[in-house]
Amino acid sequence: MKQTLPLIIVFAFGFFVIIAFFIPLGAFQSASQTFETWYTGVLAFFVFIGIFNIVKVNANKIQRRLSDWQYSIILLLFLILMMGAGFIGGPEGGLFNYLFEHMQIPLGATMFSLLAFFVASAAFRAFRARTPEATLLLIAAVIVMIGRVPIGYYIWRGFPGVVEWIMNVPNTAAKRGILFGADLGLISMALRVLLGIERSYMGRGGE
Amino acid sequence: MSRRVVMTATMWLLTTRRIWLSFFMLLIFLVLANQVELKAYDTPNDDGSSITLNWPEDTLYNNYTIFRAVDPEGEFEKVGEIADRTSYVDTNVAGGQDYYYQIEAHGADVAQSSGVVGPVRAVSHIFNTSRINIAVCIIVLFAAIIYYIRRARRGEALYIRKIPGITAMEEAIGRATEMGKPVLYVPGIMDIDEPETIASMSILGRVAEKTAEYGTPLYVPTSKAMVMSMAQQVVKEAAIRVGRPDWFNIDNVRYLTDDQFGYVSAVDGIMVREKPATNFYLGKFYAESLILAETGFSTGAIQIAGTALPDQLPFFVAACDYTLIGEELYAASAYLSQEPVQLGSLKGQDVGKLIFVIVVILGVLDRIIGFDVMYNLFSTAQQ
Repeated sequence: MKQTLPLIIVFAFGFFVIIAFFIPLGAFQSASQTFETWYTGVLAFFVFIGIFNIVKVNANKIQRRLSDWQYSIILLLFLILMMGAGFIGGPEGGLFNYLFEHMQIPLGATMFSLLAFFVASAAFRAFRARTPEATLLLIAAVIVMIGRVPIGYYIWRGFPGVVEWIMNVPNTAAKRGILFGADLGLISMALRVLLGIERSYMGRGGE
Repeated sequence: MSRRVVMTATMWLLTTRRIWLSFFMLLIFLVLANQVELKAYDTPNDDGSSITLNWPEDTLYNNYTIFRAVDPEGEFEKVGEIADRTSYVDTNVAGGQDYYYQIEAHGADVAQSSGVVGPVRAVSHIFNTSRINIAVCIIVLFAAIIYYIRRARRGEALYIRKIPGITAMEEAIGRATEMGKPVLYVPGIMDIDEPETIASMSILGRVAEKTAEYGTPLYVPTSKAMVMSMAQQVVKEAAIRVGRPDWFNIDNVRYLTDDQFGYVSAVDGIMVREKPATNFYLGKFYAESLILAETGFSTGAIQIAGTALPDQLPFFVAACDYTLIGEELYAASAYLSQEPVQLGSLKGQDVGKLIFVIVVILGVLDRIIGFDVMYNLFSTAQQ
């Protein structure tokens, strides 16, 4: 029963949602929307589970003096501070907003800005003309990079047009090919899950 | 149509020299010609909750007021007002009730009314015919998959193409074991309602089996609490399945934060501090894909990534050793299981894909030649 019940639930709800996609009757649509509302309700509950997990893992780390346990103290302190500021002043409260705008946003922006350097380092490795395919990639990348900046236009007026063609024709064709394959793979996986052939996501793959 | 009939009658009267009658008919034509030609009909493929109105575009007018009545002789009430559009969907209708519509078109200096159209009744439809092509595609694919699953169940050996990224997974876990370092598994930043995350959980089960078998630590930091719960269950049961329940450490499968870059910095911290020998990035990723993959590269880890988002794939291809592209992510769990039934489903998926590739090629040829049979067949999805 422990194995069968989840499979029955997955099968019943999964096929119902598929059928509701094709049947516009009000009862089917409202039931489908109700299931989505349930999911949102469950999500709200999981916020507490997430907080509980953070506290448990980090408290354990501090208690057992595991490596880098000092960071866990900072994390828990700021968790309590942010939650307290939110509970007392509300989401528009002064301290909560101050912490959000002057700590969280700049820290997130710092991480995001790393992307610029990582793009350069990844491009440096990727754009090496070792094989004919890599050479083609290199040429296309150089054209796109030059064509995307104003100086490209001054070097040769045709650059922006070539870039548009690369982006709209070969690039879009390749992207659509990937999406096409991915969608078929998704349908196939959905069928395996609905029929109970694929169960490893439930932790029962081998059965 | 009415304009055409009046015009034809006028021309006939003129040729028969019935001047007064012709003049009268011409007047009627001019009145009709100035009227806004309104069409009202039951919205197709809905649940009987709306009526659609549309009218031809006219550069003289840009604002339209929509009126409705339940009796053509009765009072018309205003139900809506729109600008720069030539259609309106009235969603405030009762099923089974007849309605009559009229619109008033307003321009800079002109205003004109349409004739009254109706009766129109909103009807509930049982099947959305605009999605019939999607239904056909799903049925074809399902049929191909079920056919090959049945063949596999009969014990037939099916050839499945090799996917290097998947075959390298075991090798990568073995490498971590030899080096005495942990394995890091990142299941993307999205929740469990995303198909990529479900696919990732399926692969996690296989990866956890191997790591538990070898006794290698497995870290699974998650960005969503629901994913964490699921991942904990998957890893725990994988450990039990291979007879190593003692290997499972619940704190290794943990929630970090929902914040995108907060999560990235925490995972990067794990990479830099713990130096895992193998990193898996399997799931749905956005801007963080390259930050994670480049940090992993800098720590010298062997990296296997997979996502279905074409925009993130180039980053993974550039920074990782192996990348599962699109469908390979969804196929990975079935491929790793090596169970005949699951492999049968992969074979069916490949055959289904072949059928669709043939349909696409036929569609391209059909469009080039100009028959448009395939185009019309599949364009219903646009409605």
